[in-house]
Amino acid sequence: MGKFCRPSGSEISMSSPQKLQNYLDDLSFLTDKNDKIQYLIELAEKYKPIPDNIATPPFDKKHRVEYCESEAYVWAIKNVDENFDIYIAVESPSGISAKALAVILIDSISGESKETILKVNADIVLKIFGKELSMGKNMGLTGIVKKIHQLVENS
Amino acid sequence: MSEENKTTELDSNVLVSTQWVSENLNNPKVRIVESNEDPLLYPSGHIPGAVQIDWTEDLNDQLVRDYIGKKDFEKLLRKNGIANDTTVVFYGDKNNWWACYAFWVFQLFGFNNVKVMDGGRLKWEKENREITKEAPKYPESDYKANNRDDSSIRAFRDEVLLHLKKGMPMVDVRSPEEFSGERMHMPDYPNEGALRGGHIPGASNVPWARAINPEDGTFKSIEELEKIYQGEIGLDKSDEVIAYCRIGERSSHTWFVLKYLLGFENVKNYDGSWTEWGNSVGLPVQR
Repeated sequence: MGKFCRPSGSEISMSSPQKLQNYLDDLSFLTDKNDKIQYLIELAEKYKPIPDNIATPPFDKKHRVEYCESEAYVWAIKNVDENFDIYIAVESPSGISAKALAVILIDSISGESKETILKVNADIVLKIFGKELSMGKNMGLTGIVKKIHQLVENS
Repeated sequence: MSEENKTTELDSNVLVSTQWVSENLNNPKVRIVESNEDPLLYPSGHIPGAVQIDWTEDLNDQLVRDYIGKKDFEKLLRKNGIANDTTVVFYGDKNNWWACYAFWVFQLFGFNNVKVMDGGRLKWEKENREITKEAPKYPESDYKANNRDDSSIRAFRDEVLLHLKKGMPMVDVRSPEEFSGERMHMPDYPNEGALRGGHIPGASNVPWARAINPEDGTFKSIEELEKIYQGEIGLDKSDEVIAYCRIGERSSHTWFVLKYLLGFENVKNYDGSWTEWGNSVGLPVQR
């Protein structure tokens, strides 16, 4: 995949992390469906399992993402700067979309403040994966964003 | 169902094992077809030699809410090198949900030489079997399709209403929250939603995935399935049964279970499902 120039568009909000906006700009540049799919697959391939010092399977169900059939689990751990380190485990081998989203979210918002993380709307899922995403799939993927919000809010 | 029994009993019928598929990867008379909900899955890796059939782009008419007609079906199969004597084996994500949906659409054209790989993508992956990103190319076939015949396996709204008035059995395969009307649809998906929540009066609720062993995606044993569909909700194999969900995809999975695994003779899938029923004026709704 070649380098991207980044047109403006698909903006999430002025206060969203720049890295997240960069991903959306990259995706908006990809008008061919297959290129977009390839881009997301390449992101998914960068997914790394969560470190053992955070959690080991079987994971606590309170970290489980509701409606996510990719068996995703989320942790939001407050660091020394009072910001949140985000960890996402995707247990299903077929969870390619969940892994791609996990890579984007961890790269974009892990280590950010509570306020910044809570400003990231769950509708980024549709902006990333497109309107053709099925309703069931969307429920699972938006559930990952919502789970991050829930954990950050309750910390 | 033990692996041994499955192979013996079902390879000649409609289910094949992952091992069977593995042994038939180079069989020119077999075409492996992946059908998924997630469009990222097939290009990220699939069974060697498998082609992809997409439920939205390939099987649905792009204008009218309906399935493709004879010409497009013919074109689809020819493009994928599927001839009239090819055995098509479907598999896919979500415990073969979409594989069963594609299987059902193939049946509308009387394409009977079709099977489902038990366990689908999940089992294949868990067994660490070979996958590839290479998309195969097959010579175009000269497949000739039958006219589409919806009459025996597809139910339409008026038929469902008559079915209801006669007190005949229906299976709502959605989640209990959808069945009760507690959950409607996501705000971003008005096309998959309904103005009213609930279920068709008299329908029994058996979520589709109850037919599956979640650890490997295989179908439950015949005894377990009989316990659910005949024991719990009292269906009889001689019953005329209609299954429905939201848009007819989950219910095609239950249709497959009832018709092919349990041997019910008269099972139809109401693909209009809740998106039609829950939006229609004057139709009865139960909560």
